[in-house]
Amino acid sequence: MLPQLIVGGLAIGACYALIALAMVIIYKTSEVLNFAQGEMAMLSTFVAFTLLSERGVPFPWAIALTLAFSLVLGLMADFLFLRPAKNPTVLGLIVITLGLEMILYGFAGWKWGPDQRSLPFPISNVEVYQVGAVAISKVSVWIFLTALGIMGLLFIFFTYTKLGVAMKATQQNPIAARIMGIPTKKILSLTWALSSMIGTVAGILIASTYPLDVNMMMDPMMKAFAGAVMGGMTSLPGAVLGSELVGVIENIFGGYVSLEFKSVVAFAIIVLVLCVRPSGLLARHYVKKV
Amino acid sequence: MDMKKDYYEDVRLFDSKVEVFWTIVLLLSLAIFPEIGGNYYAYLLNLIAINAIVALGLNILVGYTGQISLGHAGFFAIGAYTCAMLYKVYGVPFVLALPAGAFLSAGFGFLVGLPALRLEGPYLTIATMGFGMAVTQFIGHWSFLGGRMGLDIPKLEIFGLRFATDKELYYVIMAIAVVMTIGARNLIATRVGRALIAIRDSDIAAKTMGVNLTYYKTLAFAISAFYTGTAGGLMAFVLGFISPENFNLMLSIVFLGMVVVGGLGSIAGSIAGAALLTYLQIRLSAVQDMWLIGPWVVEISERWFNVGGMANLQNIIIGLIMVLIVIVEPAGIYGFWLRTKRYWRTWPF
Repeated sequence: MLPQLIVGGLAIGACYALIALAMVIIYKTSEVLNFAQGEMAMLSTFVAFTLLSERGVPFPWAIALTLAFSLVLGLMADFLFLRPAKNPTVLGLIVITLGLEMILYGFAGWKWGPDQRSLPFPISNVEVYQVGAVAISKVSVWIFLTALGIMGLLFIFFTYTKLGVAMKATQQNPIAARIMGIPTKKILSLTWALSSMIGTVAGILIASTYPLDVNMMMDPMMKAFAGAVMGGMTSLPGAVLGSELVGVIENIFGGYVSLEFKSVVAFAIIVLVLCVRPSGLLARHYVKKV
Repeated sequence: MDMKKDYYEDVRLFDSKVEVFWTIVLLLSLAIFPEIGGNYYAYLLNLIAINAIVALGLNILVGYTGQISLGHAGFFAIGAYTCAMLYKVYGVPFVLALPAGAFLSAGFGFLVGLPALRLEGPYLTIATMGFGMAVTQFIGHWSFLGGRMGLDIPKLEIFGLRFATDKELYYVIMAIAVVMTIGARNLIATRVGRALIAIRDSDIAAKTMGVNLTYYKTLAFAISAFYTGTAGGLMAFVLGFISPENFNLMLSIVFLGMVVVGGLGSIAGSIAGAALLTYLQIRLSAVQDMWLIGPWVVEISERWFNVGGMANLQNIIIGLIMVLIVIVEPAGIYGFWLRTKRYWRTWPF
């Protein structure tokens, strides 16, 4: 039973990891804690749903169009909501993204109503691969592989492309980056677009196994946030590690101890981890300036 | 004109006779309000008063001490369930059940405050958010508390007097709200309040000045939770039925929204923010009945949106207000009021 639970935890943990990566990318670049990440992904997933089941667009095209939509959504979020704020405080930024979350949540609820739907996904979540005693559903293998692929692409993007290196420079030192001729504001908008697209992939992957409704991203977003915080909030490998840990721990706890308190245990562990290491597992301990 | 010359001028409740006059007018109009406004407006004002108590408590924590909490729905739930269970199942009189709920909530506030000593920013947010979620999950899976089915609350009775209607409940709630407002105002004006403000401005500097960080940070959490727990206990009787869904993350977000929209670090602002957001929530949740824009919204919903999800308009509006306040006037409604006052005082210039 244990290997089975671990495999299941790794699959859902991969979805958390994608959302966590999306949040960490934005947090590193602009110190904005994006609470709207989940709702942005939810809205894009609903767009994918509309394209697939109401307009009958073929799957690859629907995904491409959804990604384009989420790119625009990310750009708009930065342009309309974050740029106009002049010298906002940490709390101010949190409130802006919380406001954005409520707007998107309300909009999706108004447009698609409270009903649960299911996203027509080309891979079945009933068929399984049998590896020894462990049965792995086809869709969770694909979730895991897709997430891994995206992480690989992100790594290549941040190491070998000009734009990725510029983003990394902006994250490390915005003033120096601007002196070197990097348009940091434009980079920031692109960061939002990138993170919105990563979140959308996670949303579609989650909707392949779980029902699609306006609340679908609430729980995953909090788990992803927890995972990112556990990993240190500023470290990309840390976010992946933290999210996978959250996924595996909650699955094992759900299997052995109590299914009902599955979502609480993740937070309990995180609070404990934070009490021992206040800035997460993989982050360098930061020193605050007075 | 506004200069304070000694300590007693700083701590006294009213600055001038004009203020005393307007306060008396306000209290009198609050006292006769339900006779004029009727049951529905009494209900609306009950909700506003309860949310104002929460906003005051949260403002002590967020606005004055500078800590972030997204878990206040948890404290609200603890207060509501403790008070309701003691009153309903064990027959404890309301005058004891309400403080019991508030003190239990304050105890949890102290516990949440302990990790807050080492955490800040995103880390503190996740810890408080986890606390709020954990409370709802526990209540939802504990059949003793009614579980997901919720809990019916009997009518309120204090010393043999029955408070069955909203109009009657109004007097209990408004009296408590007024007392707690004065309490918050006095707390901020005294030694404790100055210590909290010093922590907000810079905790290391406060520590060097001799402020005991451990004591005051946990105290801020406990006081804030005390206020929220009291409000929760009152809310149980106003709603007449509570279930874990009442206390979700969205509630915590709206609480934070009230504080930010009203004005961080302002007593009057907390009340204004609570009043504005509560009013909008109640009116917009039945948007189809609203004068003028009601039929228009229904028409739009039928053509492009979903009539079943029309109540979600309240989320859009409240979200927009939160974003706009941070962008346009970070000091909130209170800041807007100060600016208007200054403009008229120095008018042609």
